[in-house]
Amino acid sequence: MTIPDSYLAYANRRYGMDHDRYDWSMLPQRKPVVWPNGARVALWVIPALEWFPLDMKGVPFKPPGAMQTAYPDLRHYTLRDYGNRVGIFRVMQALDRHGIRASVAVNAAVAARYPTLLQECTRRHWEVIANGQDMDHLHHAGLDPEVERKIISDTLALLRKASGQAVRGWLSPAKSESAATLDLLAAAGVDYVCDWVNDDMPYAMRTKAGALHAMPHPVDIDDYTILVQNHHTEDDFRDQLCDQFDLLYKESETQGGRIMAVSLHPWVIGQPYRIKALEDALQHIMGHAGVWAATGSEILDAWSAGQS
Amino acid sequence: MRDPGLYDYLPYAGRPKIRWPNGARVAFWVAPNIEFYELDPPRNPARAAWARPAPDVLNYSYRDYGNRAGFWRMLDAMKRCNMRGSVSLNVAVCEHHPEVIQACADNGWEFYSHGTYNTRYLMGMTEAQERAVIQDSIDTIRKHTGQKLDGWLAPALTYTDHTLDLVAEMGLTYVCDLFHDDQPGAVKVRKGRLISVPYSLEMNDVIVYNVNLVSPRRYADILKRQFDRLYAEGEESGTVMCIPLHPYLVGQPYRMAAFEEALSYITGHDKVWLATGREIAQHFSDHYYDAFAQASQSVGEAP
Repeated sequence: MTIPDSYLAYANRRYGMDHDRYDWSMLPQRKPVVWPNGARVALWVIPALEWFPLDMKGVPFKPPGAMQTAYPDLRHYTLRDYGNRVGIFRVMQALDRHGIRASVAVNAAVAARYPTLLQECTRRHWEVIANGQDMDHLHHAGLDPEVERKIISDTLALLRKASGQAVRGWLSPAKSESAATLDLLAAAGVDYVCDWVNDDMPYAMRTKAGALHAMPHPVDIDDYTILVQNHHTEDDFRDQLCDQFDLLYKESETQGGRIMAVSLHPWVIGQPYRIKALEDALQHIMGHAGVWAATGSEILDAWSAGQS
Repeated sequence: MRDPGLYDYLPYAGRPKIRWPNGARVAFWVAPNIEFYELDPPRNPARAAWARPAPDVLNYSYRDYGNRAGFWRMLDAMKRCNMRGSVSLNVAVCEHHPEVIQACADNGWEFYSHGTYNTRYLMGMTEAQERAVIQDSIDTIRKHTGQKLDGWLAPALTYTDHTLDLVAEMGLTYVCDLFHDDQPGAVKVRKGRLISVPYSLEMNDVIVYNVNLVSPRRYADILKRQFDRLYAEGEESGTVMCIPLHPYLVGQPYRMAAFEEALSYITGHDKVWLATGREIAQHFSDHYYDAFAQASQSVGEAP
């Protein structure tokens, strides 16, 4: 094995990032953000409604939650679908109790397969954001750009028609992108993308088709990571959500408004033995003064208004 | 090689006794890994940089969180505990994020090398190539911080058979790459004197959070238990405890309070020396290197 000397050359070794998609920026050194009514923390809840096809190809990789056994993997197919039939309704009840409107990330396939489920969301004035076509259509470098463009435009067209909303937000399945995804999203009228986990606040991205913002949609502290991947208990998950909120709430005292983003998968958190963890965490959060429960678009608009 | 041959055998029981400055029982140091992972680096034949095809947006941005957000929280918590860091530095951060380097320097932190980028690995390099990487670290740290480079932790823990020989030859004094002891010791190198300073994988937030998958409060408990035992044993002979950190992990909002509680517990003890890697290596080299060398036993041939 030999290494060419070019391996020791660093073309992008310079001030800032090693790419041009966004600028380097330090969280505590930014102009403090002011939320409506002087709120300290914007609570942004993002349940995902996902459909994992039984014959998943897993190209270029299997997303979290994918089929695992030999075909036909009925156990994982049906357990994921549990979220759309049962789990989401427990999540709705938990949010309704506090009047929290979610931004629900929907696979186009879910909207097509279960139109009444989407109506349950829009009836609550939840924001619908696009979560791609389904969990087996990942955006990646090997995808023909025209194919990717069509997946994005078809997905948005279906969700816009079904929801009657502008559908301004986008979450790529498994947060996987090609080098062109951001450009294609901006060209398709998407205002914000939820794939990047490098910040606690919105920030501007650069695309060939104009403005696009990254919103802080977390993966490290979502229900799938903590409960399924890390095997923590429900009480541990509740504690971590509360600790997350407490730190952000405290930080907002000196550094301006913060965002508490709660990413949920109803097939995980919507199980009977787990839902109370969410309920208790929301009770803790909503018991504080200065919490603004809002949708992604509302948060982004309020943030943008303060940037000029 | 079946045995890297990097050290002689020296059983924990019956060693020469270490006394840290001011009668401290534990030399305690914190080693934040300040890293830069490239979005699309050239591929080393032995290891791909990312799990997913480029651009691996998820994993790249996860690391980037450390410099944008997590570092600043970690810095504040360490300042509140009066704890200096010994930065395990991908030296290209000096160019990419000089503000981070300045904030460390302003607080009297040490900088040592963790390679150029955490996405450039040493495996397969010739000696000349590896020397060029080490020289880059020496020069970059000198230029941006004024410090002489003393310590080394190989980038992404990648090596050749000669890595430790070369860092010793090029004037570095200590390494963090070996996990065989709770006290410093000599590393057998071709030329010069090189000290192994205990770092830790067990206390490392990457291992704790992303391999062992523990919760933040449990991490605090682990840190306190580790310290309590080393503090007790340090009454007999001084021990070393290191907490290696990664701002993208420890700096997540839901993890900060538990970490700070543990750090405050440790630094609140009487007989703990709040040190840097360089200071620990120097003290050992000045006072115990020879006694440890004398007490060491050569390693027998395995059948």
